[in-house]
Amino acid sequence: MSKITQNDVEYVAGLAQLDLDDAAKSRLVQEMSDILSYMDKLNELDTDGVEPMMHAMALTNIFREDEVKPSMPRELALRGAPMHDTEYFMVPKILDAEGGGA
Amino acid sequence: MTAWFEKTGHEIRDAVASGAVSALDVTQSYLDRIDAVDGKVGAYTQVWREPALAQAAAIDARAKAGQPLGAMAGVPVSLKELICTTEGHTTCSSRILQGFQSPYNATVTEKLLAADAILLGKVNMDEFAMGSSTENSAFGVTRNPWDTERVPGGSSGGSAAAVSAGYVPVSLGSDTGGSIRQPAAFCGITGLKPTYGRVSRYGLVAFASSLDQIGPFGRSAVDSARLFACIAGYDPMDATSAEQEVEKELFDLEQAEAIRGARLAVPSVVAKLLPDDMQKAFQATLEEFREMGAQVEEIDLPYMEESLSAYYVIAPAEASSNLARYDGVRYGQRPEGEFENISHLTTRTRSEMFGKEVKRRIMLGTYTLSAGYYDAYYNRAQKVRTALRNAYVEALKDFTAILTPTTPAPAFKIGEKVDDPVAMYLSDIFTVSANLTGLPSLSVPSGFHQGLPLGAQLLGRPFSELTLLTLARDYQRATNHHQQTPELAVRG
Repeated sequence: MSKITQNDVEYVAGLAQLDLDDAAKSRLVQEMSDILSYMDKLNELDTDGVEPMMHAMALTNIFREDEVKPSMPRELALRGAPMHDTEYFMVPKILDAEGGGA
Repeated sequence: MTAWFEKTGHEIRDAVASGAVSALDVTQSYLDRIDAVDGKVGAYTQVWREPALAQAAAIDARAKAGQPLGAMAGVPVSLKELICTTEGHTTCSSRILQGFQSPYNATVTEKLLAADAILLGKVNMDEFAMGSSTENSAFGVTRNPWDTERVPGGSSGGSAAAVSAGYVPVSLGSDTGGSIRQPAAFCGITGLKPTYGRVSRYGLVAFASSLDQIGPFGRSAVDSARLFACIAGYDPMDATSAEQEVEKELFDLEQAEAIRGARLAVPSVVAKLLPDDMQKAFQATLEEFREMGAQVEEIDLPYMEESLSAYYVIAPAEASSNLARYDGVRYGQRPEGEFENISHLTTRTRSEMFGKEVKRRIMLGTYTLSAGYYDAYYNRAQKVRTALRNAYVEALKDFTAILTPTTPAPAFKIGEKVDDPVAMYLSDIFTVSANLTGLPSLSVPSGFHQGLPLGAQLLGRPFSELTLLTLARDYQRATNHHQQTPELAVRG
């Protein structure tokens, strides 16, 4: 279960939107295997009948009245963008030349 | 000329409020000190000279006009690089956020300004709070003021080093798996991770949302308590914020009554996890607590070893989700050049701008959450988390606090563990339980090993920070470990 392959690393890197060179890939194969072996300790415990905990403290849902309140001014929201045209965040084209999705 | 960097936050506030010194002089004295000696430690990433002096001048004007002053009036504070401020930049010590100006202040920032604290600047950290040494910063390593060949701990290494070296009396850090307590122990100061929900996370750049908390560093429990009191409290902007009163006694902990009949539980597994050369020091600490009047008992507390495994599944999983937002679109850096499409933009931005440890954790987290592995890892870790919390809550029914060493060893050398992630992660063995269970926990200076500081960790019931800090204050009245300062802080 804790043996990671190069394929695993490539698949996960795709999901995580990370480009890894060959050196990084082999390093991660080893490191992830080491770390995940350590995780196998978890399998030694009997957790039958135990509910998974999502939050340590009891939380209740937060509601408020549906009143319009000021939003962040557009100028401020765009200020940190690497590229914008004062109205929108700018990104490269999303459709490729054949019209399919990226 | 008074050496203001040797004074406590309380002393500074009293002097400013009484007119004995101007906030301007105090601020100037700290700024001069940073300029003169931070080169040896590298705690600061940003020093806000002009804004800090302007803040100080404004406070002096109000003091002169007889207007009421906040609880931290004239006290310089520095903030970890992941706390949002409209002043300067908020970078999380990452290239991906280099130059980022936050459009809003974190709630803790607003509260500090309302308390008339002087924001001196930002301090270094492990990138996106991932690390235990502050070696993972994109902007340079921070050194331990006690031995500059060693790490200050992490991820709040800059916050801890700054207080330890006398560059600021108190500072704010954040703690997800020990990132306040471990550097506090390594640097010989007092650090508190509050109960989950005690301090607003609005404006805290998220690492692991069910584990993160902002907390104070100070050279004493008394100083840490006031800073904690200023930042704690319900915040409607944070959906996980707890509706819990902030006890008035925290503002003036010196006046709090001593805790009588404290019962402290030491998990028996500590003896197994602590290296031989550390056992003696920990026994001496237990003796000090006994001499102080506390009852110290050994108990069986299960799941401590498994807690580390659970943490290293849950934290990276949550991080992989939280860090998905860094895509080169709305904020932060974008690499130069052309991009084939948006996916290419995102991949290049993340690959070129995230550091090694961040990528490692994103990969781990993504893997454990992916289809086919979710049940085996994440779900199972969350069950262990429930079991862990039940065990701790049960134990705390009969005890005031659980007492352990904060770390298995003092500060290690820079570079020693950087290529061995598992070895690095093992230094969190005693600290992660507090984050997984949401319970409050602090570290106090408890002695030295070969000249390097050690910390003792107290963990208590939900919202029991006043009890823990008072216990720490009692301990600091009975001992003087927290009064030792590194040579660097004295001679500069």
